[in-house]
Amino acid sequence: MSTNVLATPADVDLLPTQDGEDLRAAVRSVLAAQCDPTAVIACYDGDRSVVAPLWRALAVDLGLAGLLVPEEHGGHGATARDAAVVLEELGAAVAPVPFLTSSVLATGLLASPTATDAAAEVLTALAAGEQVATLVVPWSTGPGDVPLLGSDGGAVRSVAGAVEADVLLVPVAAAGGTEVRAVPVAAAEVTGVPSLDMTRQLADVRVSAEALAAAPVVVADADAALTDALTLGAALLASEQAGIIRWCVTTTVAYLKERRQFGRVVGGFQALKHRLADLYVEAEQATAAATWAAATAAEGAGPDAGPDEARLASAVAASYCSRVAVHAAEETVQLHAGIAMTWEHPAHLALKRAKSDQIALGSPEQHHVIVADLARLPGPTAG
Amino acid sequence: MTAADLRERVERLLAEHDPATTDRLDFLRARYDAGLAWVWFPEGLGGLGLARGDQGPVDALLAEAGAPGNHPERNGIGLGMAAPTILRFGTEEQKKRFLRPLWTGEEIWCQLFSEPGAGSDLAGLATRAVPDGDGWVVNGQKVWTSGAHNAQLAILVARTDPDAPKHRGLTYFLCDMTDPGVEVRPLRQITGEAEFNEVFLNDVRIPDSQRLGEVGQGWLVAAATLDNERVAIGGAAAPREAGMIGKVARTWRERPELRTTGVHQQLVESWVDAEVARVTGVRLRQKLAQGQPGPEGSAMKLVFAGLAQRLSGLELELLAEDGLRYSDWTMVRPDRVDFTGRDAGYRYLRAKGNSIEGGTSEILRNVIAERVLGLPGEHRVDKDVPWKEIPR
Ligand SMILES: Cc1cc2nc3c(=O)[nH]c(=O)nc-3n(C[C@H](O)[C@H](O)[C@H](O)COP(=O)(O)OP(=O)(O)OC[C@H]3O[C@@H](n4cnc5c(N)ncnc54)[C@H](O)[C@@H]3O)c2cc1C
Repeated sequence: MSTNVLATPADVDLLPTQDGEDLRAAVRSVLAAQCDPTAVIACYDGDRSVVAPLWRALAVDLGLAGLLVPEEHGGHGATARDAAVVLEELGAAVAPVPFLTSSVLATGLLASPTATDAAAEVLTALAAGEQVATLVVPWSTGPGDVPLLGSDGGAVRSVAGAVEADVLLVPVAAAGGTEVRAVPVAAAEVTGVPSLDMTRQLADVRVSAEALAAAPVVVADADAALTDALTLGAALLASEQAGIIRWCVTTTVAYLKERRQFGRVVGGFQALKHRLADLYVEAEQATAAATWAAATAAEGAGPDAGPDEARLASAVAASYCSRVAVHAAEETVQLHAGIAMTWEHPAHLALKRAKSDQIALGSPEQHHVIVADLARLPGPTAG
Repeated sequence: MTAADLRERVERLLAEHDPATTDRLDFLRARYDAGLAWVWFPEGLGGLGLARGDQGPVDALLAEAGAPGNHPERNGIGLGMAAPTILRFGTEEQKKRFLRPLWTGEEIWCQLFSEPGAGSDLAGLATRAVPDGDGWVVNGQKVWTSGAHNAQLAILVARTDPDAPKHRGLTYFLCDMTDPGVEVRPLRQITGEAEFNEVFLNDVRIPDSQRLGEVGQGWLVAAATLDNERVAIGGAAAPREAGMIGKVARTWRERPELRTTGVHQQLVESWVDAEVARVTGVRLRQKLAQGQPGPEGSAMKLVFAGLAQRLSGLELELLAEDGLRYSDWTMVRPDRVDFTGRDAGYRYLRAKGNSIEGGTSEILRNVIAERVLGLPGEHRVDKDVPWKEIPR
């Protein structure tokens, strides 16, 4: 139930910090060297050779795998703000790495208050970049009702991050309530499936009753922990989307300043200028919304704001940034025209990621339900 | 200056001028003289040379002590546009003369920019200012001048060189609205009331000491005013659910019998948009806290106009039968612009002006495309042509 989200929260600082910009520069230079769009496009043809060295450089050399892992488990104990900077850059490059699934979502879950000692072990391995984990739910799952397996196991479709994972975090409806069990990938069946976004390829996962029974419980009494982790995931997905949007606007503006038709630079046609101006306005707003969501996840919004403020910020950013990312990617294709319909041009990477991200971690409609609840705007049938 | 010093200054002002017993105007003047009017302005001009962000705590302390306000809603043009422009381009004498009564509200300002033949194309304006002795004589007609009927002073752009290309022949003045040559006629508008006016300038004499900036540099000064105007319109700090979204949300909560699924979807999506706009405004103000407003302010004004129009339209649909009624068509001449006041029908109609006043949304998109994104300028037929030879 909602507390006082209608009260105006104190303003959080939404401007970049020097540390954040240093981190951004480091991530950007790794991506520039090791995340060539041509190699990323190859993921669609089943050639994932770009993934392992890129992930090693980011996860181990830069230490990003342990960014959100608390220091006592060997991580950096950084905040969602820092993760947001990383995700903006990963989004802009449509990087095929499991940062969001493992270093944000799984890590967030394993660091929750009801995590067990067994979770600490996994966190340490994640922080060192030795292992990668993922949460075993359909990638469209939003903060809210999480689909659970029974103790007799079963199958979960369309799981993100499972192709890269060593550890599967499986939410289970057990006799004593919801719990999360850590199943080693060798004990499960993971089948990669052709996905709209092959830079975050989905997999179908099957876990047997025996495998579940043998797996340690990493989060007990896990309902709140799951909601919180998915809320954090959705908040930070918005930063990935803000990164996609930036890339789309920058790339399209640059192209339209070069491309000539009718004896003019096409970026001088007012119909296009106005569409780009609108995109710029949307991009500014998306960045603000995503930064706010990350900052609120990191720090809360001051002493007056309850935990609902973070849920609200996450849902608002997720809904807004999804919409804008798809719009920006669609405009990028339309305004590049023929060239954007080719396999060689990276516009399709952005489009496929943006459209998949819109459905990921809760659709805009699901996030609207959360907003409606918190903002006390009940639907017509609810009294 | 530390936070403690600033607090002490506020306390000293309150001790020396107890708001309970001090005349309102005396208090406002004392507050100005103490540098607590707009603390980011220089010392001696109502400020202390501090950061913009330091104003909030000062305002809060004073409000808590029951200090009178300067009714900013009655002098939006003065505070939002004239003051920053005078601060940036004015002489020391001009700053001393005009800023204090502007801030206290003793002198209300209006903006004599638009003309019947020059709205979006402000640089095409025809009002003439001709040198005469130690001043200027101005003739012409302005239009859509908000609040001219309450104003003592105006910012004015006039043509001083018809032989120069249009942007180079303009000069910026501070015009006395009580001059006998100034005639203000109400213009009734779409809402029924007369918020704006026609203003006829017949041999209005303006001393040269009321010229702002160099002769022929009026466009430069006006452009700075317009940037400030867009920030003032779109960038004001507002709490969650301020403005139009608050109106619709409250109606939704209070009147369950009106709720429909279609309106609900639009309402929640708009709530998200309004909240994102609020947060974007916070970020913009944090960015602007250091420097001059630039073209980025145009983005917030575009967003504000779009939201106000979408939501005020939605509100009428939500109200259904009640949305068909209108409270009052009487022609009044209000002393302030009231975007969210009166009834839903008024709000719907008034919001139509949001994408016109202060630059249309089309012009703002051009500003963003050209000045922020660096795309090519519009195809121009009037470039380098003397203004007087441009077909009209
Ligand atoms: C409520 C209200 C209050 C106002 N208050 C004041 C005031 O206090 N002082 C003052 O000086 N003025 C004031 N104005 C005037 C306002 O600034 C002008 O109306 C505005 O700049 C547009 O000019 P216009 O009305 O002549 O429209 P026009 O310039 O004739 O525009 C007509 C249409 O053409 C479009 N258009 C024009 N040029 C371009 C272009 N280059 N590219 C694409 N589209 C273009 C416009 O967007 C518009 O849709 C006010 C207006 C309103 C509505």
